[in-house]
Amino acid sequence: KRNHGSSSKGVTQVTMIPGAGIGPEICAALVDVFEHAKVPIEWDLHHVSSSMSHLSEMMLKDAVGSLKRNKFGIKGVIETPIAEGHTSMNVLIRKELDLFANVTQVKSLPGVKTRFDDVDIVVIRENMEGEYSGLEHETIPGVVESLKVITEKAARRIANYAFQYARDNNRKKVTCVHKANIMKIVDGLFLETCREVAKEYPDVEYDETIVDACCMNLVNDPWRFDVMVMPNLYGNVVANVTSGLVGGPGVVSGFSAGDSIYMYEPGARHKAKDIAGLNLANPTALLLSGVEMLRKLEMPDKALQIENAVMKTLASKRVHTRDIGGKASTNQFTASVISNL
Amino acid sequence: SKKKESETPERRTAVLIPGDGIGPEISNSVVEIFAGAGVPLDWETQIISTENVIPGAPLISEEALESIRKHKLGLKGPLGTPIGKGHPSLNLTLRKTFGLYANVRPCLSIPGVKTRYENVDLVTIRENTEGEYSGIEHMVVPGVAACMKLITRAASERVANYAFQYARDQGRKSVTAVHKANIQKKGDGMFLAECRRAAEKYPEIEYKEAILDACVLNLVQNPNKYDVMVMPNLYGDIVSDLCAGLIGGLGVTPSGNIGTDVAIFESVHGTAPDIAGTGKANPTALLLSAIMMLRHMKLYDHANAIDAAIKRTIGDKSVITPDLGGTGNIDTYTKAVIANL
Ligand SMILES: Nc1ncnc2c1ncn2[C@@H]1O[C@H](COP(=O)(O)OP(=O)(O)OP(=O)(O)O)[C@@H](O)[C@H]1O
Ligand SMILES: Nc1ncnc2c1ncn2[C@@H]1O[C@H](COP(=O)(O)OP(=O)(O)OP(=O)(O)O)[C@@H](O)[C@H]1O
Ligand SMILES: [Mg+2]
Ligand SMILES: [Mg+2]
Repeated sequence: KRNHGSSSKGVTQVTMIPGAGIGPEICAALVDVFEHAKVPIEWDLHHVSSSMSHLSEMMLKDAVGSLKRNKFGIKGVIETPIAEGHTSMNVLIRKELDLFANVTQVKSLPGVKTRFDDVDIVVIRENMEGEYSGLEHETIPGVVESLKVITEKAARRIANYAFQYARDNNRKKVTCVHKANIMKIVDGLFLETCREVAKEYPDVEYDETIVDACCMNLVNDPWRFDVMVMPNLYGNVVANVTSGLVGGPGVVSGFSAGDSIYMYEPGARHKAKDIAGLNLANPTALLLSGVEMLRKLEMPDKALQIENAVMKTLASKRVHTRDIGGKASTNQFTASVISNL
Repeated sequence: SKKKESETPERRTAVLIPGDGIGPEISNSVVEIFAGAGVPLDWETQIISTENVIPGAPLISEEALESIRKHKLGLKGPLGTPIGKGHPSLNLTLRKTFGLYANVRPCLSIPGVKTRYENVDLVTIRENTEGEYSGIEHMVVPGVAACMKLITRAASERVANYAFQYARDQGRKSVTAVHKANIQKKGDGMFLAECRRAAEKYPEIEYKEAILDACVLNLVQNPNKYDVMVMPNLYGDIVSDLCAGLIGGLGVTPSGNIGTDVAIFESVHGTAPDIAGTGKANPTALLLSAIMMLRHMKLYDHANAIDAAIKRTIGDKSVITPDLGGTGNIDTYTKAVIANL
């Protein structure tokens, strides 16, 4: 009866791309938990490496093909090296699949103590253009020009997505984050488009904030924000500022979405190479992203069962991982979630 | 602040630009406190004001420009924002006229100013002449806007060297270059390369690099991870406001604009026309900017003495201004700082 994804005999195929860094560990935790919860999902496993070679290009093609087929995917983290002549694999996947929206769901969690309680913010980021256009050149030696591109089409698409998200999820307000006082034409276009779209959603409140002041306010009064929509780079910044408010990248869920493809991943994407392979990563972020996926796949019972188990594990504090002040390993945390199912 | 200043510093003159709105009041407070502290400094007051702009005449009088050129040091209150007045920003004009290429913003927690963060001690050094604020943008075709981010080797080198020299002069431990070179490989890559080159000349200063998103995440979770940070224009705009947020906002944040010859220190809050003349204005940001100027002049002992007096004063609710939660006014505050010297 499900209208999403590809399934046969009641089993849904979902693409899994563990990636690098802590990706394989948090993906393994998710697979483990889903298996114990008897979620009827079959994983279509794909390795994508961030090195630039013929082989990795073929692997990327396979992964993209799998996502196109399955429509749903789980992604760990893919690294982007700081080197010239190397396009980000993340950017390639997004472009190939037209995953224009990135959503980071920032919510205070039981048992995870930070300086801020009851934060509940959704950051919606334009994922295709802006400062990530990749158009750069050295005009003359020592002078580099990088192009930031904003199109009305992409701005309208992301603004619509944000307002529709707000409406569907019973959120009250959408805030557009911009720097149109300085970048009058480029950010001005984004802002104007948001204003126009806002008029089509009279049931959702709308306001605006300049990105620098926004960050200052986020660390004093995050409660004034609800759903936030913005161009690519600001989204990267604001998703990380807000993640920091509730416990960091280990606990914040998210996904990238196109018109029909959904890729669930940690909300603040960090490869965490300092702890990779050490059994220290917090799998909460990916588990909660997985819960979101189950809701979208219309498996609300499984979603709730796993969500409750994660919350119960966090609330007891016994098996907190190091990033949220505990001493437990990834495996111990995962085992506790499984026992709480 | 660990360095020893010379025993008998020569007496110098700084240009005082009181500015608009509350500017004259807070400037007066600084002058009184400096006199009370016996700082070997004379003021030459020059009026630069949005109220004074005569159509057709130069924005800033030749006399004021000459005075700044001669004394090389300025302390400036807020200048009105000329929205609808049809003349360019006076702040921008000053910055361009004197080639003020680096914006420096130290953010130090002030005991008594309530925020959720303690013991913050960060300095943002922002490249202030190019980057995303180059002003080169246009509508390519209707619905497609492009903005040029300009990074030059010369400007990157200049600000990188300033950051390390600042760290050395002020006895700071590390400099972190903040960038997005994983995405803007050429532009930010060149900025990074210049930071690395500058680092080699300052072996006693630890050099680190951070990607913008990881940087803001860390600032929110654990601000003590960084010390001096240097970065291109837009990132500096965002990060400096984020840091100001950690210590209680622009009312307590000083700032300096550094050029090759001239340095102008200023408060970054607005003109606060709503409270001008009522005695409610808080002079702390301008006073801290003046202290920055003293450190820039290597008058560390005087700087530290006034700094300590401010800290002794801020805890006393009966003398501080309403914006800090006090019941005093600018006069009681100024007198208390002098008494606490
Ligand atoms: N799932 C997770 N569990 C625990 N800690 C995490 C998780 N994801 C990210 N982190 C932590 O968040 C921080 C930021 O991650 P990030 O990968 O950006 O590291 P980094 O130190 O900034 O390295 P780099 O600059 O190379 O990216 C790191 O300290 C990392 O360990
Ligand atoms: N130094 C200060 N002391 C006390 N209150 C201040 C100070 N600076 C700003 N404020 C208050 O903060 C609020 C915003 O001030 P701000 O100066 O930005 O006003 P503004 O109307 O935006 O002025 P401008 O147009 O010059 O930016 C006002 O209520 C103002 O009274
Ligand atoms: Mg990172
Ligand atoms: Mg700013």
